[in-house]
Amino acid sequence: MSRKPPANILSLASQTAAQRKVKTARPVNLNLFSIKWPVTALVSITHRISGVLLFLAMPLLLYVFEMSLSSEAGFRQAGAMLASPMPRLLCWLLAVALLYHLIAGCRHLLMDIGFGETWRAGKAGARAVIVLSALTAVLAGIWLW
Amino acid sequence: MVTNATSLGRSGLFDWLVQRFSALVLLAWIAWVCIGVIAMPEFGYPQWRALFAATPMQIFSLITVLSLCAHAWVGVWTVTTDYLNEAHLGRTGTAIRLCTQAACLLLTLTCLLWGARIFWGSG
Repeated sequence: MSRKPPANILSLASQTAAQRKVKTARPVNLNLFSIKWPVTALVSITHRISGVLLFLAMPLLLYVFEMSLSSEAGFRQAGAMLASPMPRLLCWLLAVALLYHLIAGCRHLLMDIGFGETWRAGKAGARAVIVLSALTAVLAGIWLW
Repeated sequence: MVTNATSLGRSGLFDWLVQRFSALVLLAWIAWVCIGVIAMPEFGYPQWRALFAATPMQIFSLITVLSLCAHAWVGVWTVTTDYLNEAHLGRTGTAIRLCTQAACLLLTLTCLLWGARIFWGSG
């Protein structure tokens, strides 16, 4: 009787070692200004930026929600606040960030279930995200002003 | 793995699933609130309050607040681990990342409790 593990486990072990070697030897380019930005990368980084913006805006959104739900007076106060120019602009910017994050997120979910995973479809999807979010940004602007 | 010590579920696949599931909850809640507002004969405080006052909506809103915070944490964790590290920032990278993540965690937990009070108390 041999004490050696089965061959498939041996090959698996050597494979992981090889993969580890590849990982440590992977080239790293940290200069974001020297790398190319295809449309898919732009859509991806904008998804991240909009996500961080929305994260930082969470307390503000909760504040307005709390005010609007607290009382009739609070509801009117929240409405009056959003009617002045600067808060309205901020409201529009956050709406744009939310709409963009939502649309780009839907593209991610579609890709997760297998749609648009090729390079061509990925580029087309990224362009669609830009067009759709620009359209909804304009619509949000029209609705707010 | 030490690098996973601050992730939500100690597992990339779990975090990935949480991010997708919470995204769907957030999408559903936003759609529901938008439909609710559009369907109102007139937009006023009584109608706005009534939208959030029913028990099923309170539960839905609370699940949404939980989802928002889980989604936010997975996203913030991903972004901070990608950019705030020793490769980008030098030797202080890990310290900067952990301090930023601690601040983000406090903000997330504050929003979780605050949001829970707003929507659970809206009955």
